[in-house]
Amino acid sequence: MPHFTVPDLYPALPEIVLVCAAMFLLLVGVGRGEGSSRPISWLAVAVLLVTLGLEFLVGPERRVAFYGMFTVDAFGLFMKVLVLIGGAVTIIMGLRFNEDQGIARFEFPVLVLLATSGMMVMVSASDLITLYLGLELQSLALYVIASFDRDSVRSTEAGLKYFVLGALSSGLLLYGASLVYGFSGTTSFGHLASLFGAAAGVVSSGLIIGMIFIVVGLAFKVSAVPFHMWTPDVYEGAPTPVTAFFAVAPKMAAVALFIRYLIEPFGPLAGQWQQVIIFLSVASMALGSVGAIAQTNIKRLMAYSSIGHIGYALIGVAAGTPTGIEGVLIYMAIYLAMNVGTFAVILCMREKGRMLEDISDLAGLSQSRPALALALGIFMFAMAGIPPTAGFFSKLYIFIPAIDAHLTGLAIFGVVASVVGAFYYLRIVKVMYFDEPAASFDRPISTELKGVLFVTAVVTLFFFLLPSPLVGGATSAAAALFMK
Amino acid sequence: MTHWPLLTLVTFVPLIGVGFIMTTRGDPEVVARNARNIALGISLIVLALSIVLWVKFDPRTPDFQFVEKVTWISIGNFQVTYHMGIDGISLFFVLLSTLLTVLCVLASWQSVHAQVKEYMIAFLVLETLMVGMFCALDFILFYVFFEGVLIPMFLIIGVWGGPRRVYAAFKFFLYTLLGSVLMLLAIIGVYFQTGTSDITVALSHSFPAGLQRWLWLAFFASFAVKVPMWPVHTWLPDAHVEAPTAGSVILAGVLLKMGGYGFVRFSLPMFPLASAYFTPLMFVLSAIAVIYTSFVALAQTDMKKLIAYSSIAHMGFVTMGIFAVTSEAVQGAVIQMLSHGLVSAALFLCVGVVYDRLHTRDIARYGGLVERMPAYAFVFMAFMLASVGLPGTSGFVGEFLILLGTFRVNTLECFLAATALFLGAAYMLYLYRRVIFGTIEREDLRRMLDLSWREKCVFAPLVVLVLWMGIYPSSFLTPIRASVDHLVQQVTAATAAAPRQASLF
Repeated sequence: MPHFTVPDLYPALPEIVLVCAAMFLLLVGVGRGEGSSRPISWLAVAVLLVTLGLEFLVGPERRVAFYGMFTVDAFGLFMKVLVLIGGAVTIIMGLRFNEDQGIARFEFPVLVLLATSGMMVMVSASDLITLYLGLELQSLALYVIASFDRDSVRSTEAGLKYFVLGALSSGLLLYGASLVYGFSGTTSFGHLASLFGAAAGVVSSGLIIGMIFIVVGLAFKVSAVPFHMWTPDVYEGAPTPVTAFFAVAPKMAAVALFIRYLIEPFGPLAGQWQQVIIFLSVASMALGSVGAIAQTNIKRLMAYSSIGHIGYALIGVAAGTPTGIEGVLIYMAIYLAMNVGTFAVILCMREKGRMLEDISDLAGLSQSRPALALALGIFMFAMAGIPPTAGFFSKLYIFIPAIDAHLTGLAIFGVVASVVGAFYYLRIVKVMYFDEPAASFDRPISTELKGVLFVTAVVTLFFFLLPSPLVGGATSAAAALFMK
Repeated sequence: MTHWPLLTLVTFVPLIGVGFIMTTRGDPEVVARNARNIALGISLIVLALSIVLWVKFDPRTPDFQFVEKVTWISIGNFQVTYHMGIDGISLFFVLLSTLLTVLCVLASWQSVHAQVKEYMIAFLVLETLMVGMFCALDFILFYVFFEGVLIPMFLIIGVWGGPRRVYAAFKFFLYTLLGSVLMLLAIIGVYFQTGTSDITVALSHSFPAGLQRWLWLAFFASFAVKVPMWPVHTWLPDAHVEAPTAGSVILAGVLLKMGGYGFVRFSLPMFPLASAYFTPLMFVLSAIAVIYTSFVALAQTDMKKLIAYSSIAHMGFVTMGIFAVTSEAVQGAVIQMLSHGLVSAALFLCVGVVYDRLHTRDIARYGGLVERMPAYAFVFMAFMLASVGLPGTSGFVGEFLILLGTFRVNTLECFLAATALFLGAAYMLYLYRRVIFGTIEREDLRRMLDLSWREKCVFAPLVVLVLWMGIYPSSFLTPIRASVDHLVQQVTAATAAAPRQASLF
């Protein structure tokens, strides 16, 4: 391997550009003061798109930077694209909302940019140090935007809760990392992998404990049961665009990190972590579907829904095969579309400038706003996994590797939980279509939201017509992860 | 032969209608009228196309015809294809679906006032899914159609249904979903056995005996709920009672047949050993369904509920015939499903006629209708007798063939099922007497109008078909026969080979 005196920064170019641009926008914002929120938001979106372009420029070949601590490959590219899309769409969706709520400050897009760059580092992390670095960069930005509506008690409470529990999980993760380092003498994913490969499955229990601590820390971030407690409160308390952001981008990054962490360094120990993942998966699916039944607040409901969805994604992780990972990637991509769409509808739930969050406020939406109801209906059926929506295919791509890996029991549990889960998604459809109209939402919906809604609804409904781009991307991304 | 992709057309032309209806705007009255006209026009075109299928169908071969195959999606190393085709078993189900959709649109002409546009869209989408399901020759494709049906049906029951519509819609949806997700896992299991999701490959694949039972049970979970078999039938009376008339027609006419079709198409040929193993179970459940639900039907005070329970009894006949696995019985089961599709649909339409006028389905509220509604009394009588299985009607052919075929296999079962003929006559005649005969006592009954032209148009094709099927069943049996014979031979061969294989080891 050639030795560079100056590190080869090219693989990290998108991240570098993103961080610099975030700093620059921060300066611009400070200079222009209040009222610069809208231009800076659009600039931030432009920056994210430029970063997206740079990602494709850097390409899917496997490259490393910073002495192997930072890896770029097809897997990273796939997940970063999802993260960047999630970030950009959130900023666009939040524009009008923040203005209406009187919280349109330029810090919001800047913080989203910073969080996004943290996520991208997470996705590319191939060393325990970069893993932690990315995670904290992301988390610190997220703690702040959770309490972005600083005059609202709920929002500040959400931020504080998220901070305390997030700090706890970071502590666990760090403790695990220190154990792994102490017992193996390395933090590099590559070295760990060759170490475990050579050990042929016999490793010290200290390493296993360290690995599990890190898994616990990551489980916090993806909000898998039993480390999910923060999710409903934070989702409910945070301003809705922030919740939308929480529901998509950090999930993508954390799942990516989770996968890379388990497959690359700890892949040879699959027998050790598989049962842990199965437990997380079963518990998440069960709690996600049962816990949501009693919810009346739609944001809380979405929190439980996201917990359940993580449970399904973890089925694919538990399978641990290339097809399993491919399934997870497809699942997360479709989850992104469904969730962004659903939150776009939730952002439309305003009456006389006031935010509505109760499920009952959707009553009779099919008569007062048929297009909106149709869109939300599509998302709900998709989340329940009913064909021909994209949600069905995402579940299909998860269950196939599960059966292949002989996780039949897990798959059976998964489908049964999906029937229970279907109940609460159907309840929203029921409220919209079967009940008499209650609230009348403000008109018109902003153009940005209309655009987001249209695109996500079309993608969710007509995924089956042209699935190959996504599936092909996921296949090569998953293959890249298993290539040594 | 034409090179037109006929099956694709029959399946997806309704969606073109959906597109048209969606673009209609303006005054609600105009929109409603346009929606009705477009829905009727499109469903008639689809019916015509499906009749072309029948005309061009070659009854001599058991193979799939009008086959279309295009690569669709890839999952790992597997290719999922868009593979369509029909054989003698599925041909008439396609026709049944397209015919009933036309009648549903006609029957809802005036009785549906609210959200007509959405109503017609739901029915056209439903038509696409039903037809697609009977034509699909790829498991994933089949499953997409099979489960997709739930969405429009859920909305039809829930939006345009009766007072307890929400309960009924949820019960329908969740019951069926639970069954079908288990089937999905079995489909994935089949996929790993055969290495493809192609149904034609799976049909001739021989699965290991142990695995067959598990897969059979998973498919059974789905189809038993759809049929529905006792004891998972409880969603049906609720769904039927609460659904609007046209919803009940589709539910009884086509959706229940999906279960029976599934047993014939998948459970028998793919898992012959498991089918043989579980035949006693099927016979017991069928006998219970036939006898128990007949008694339950006898005690009903709601017309729709009575017909719903009679549906369960008739479908019990079907499942019995299928698992008797003789050529006569399976043919009889297919014919019985078609006949029941027509007759129960017609009976629900009959209920709909009086319901539109009086807005009650309580049997006690009626009586003496023959005086004011002679045409209605005639039509009702024709279908009532067909339901009872009077010779000369379609009901007789199916029941006779099933009993004939089952007698050779299991005389006791045949005897038990035959009691239902008597019970069926009892509850149907009892219903007929209470509704049609007697004296008119209430003023509102005296003012009831007889069938309108539109309603006669709805019933006429049904009466003709029921009599045609009863008097000259060969037109229907001939296309069915080749496929069924092939199926029965295949299953008997597999079960006969099994002990020999076992003795080798």
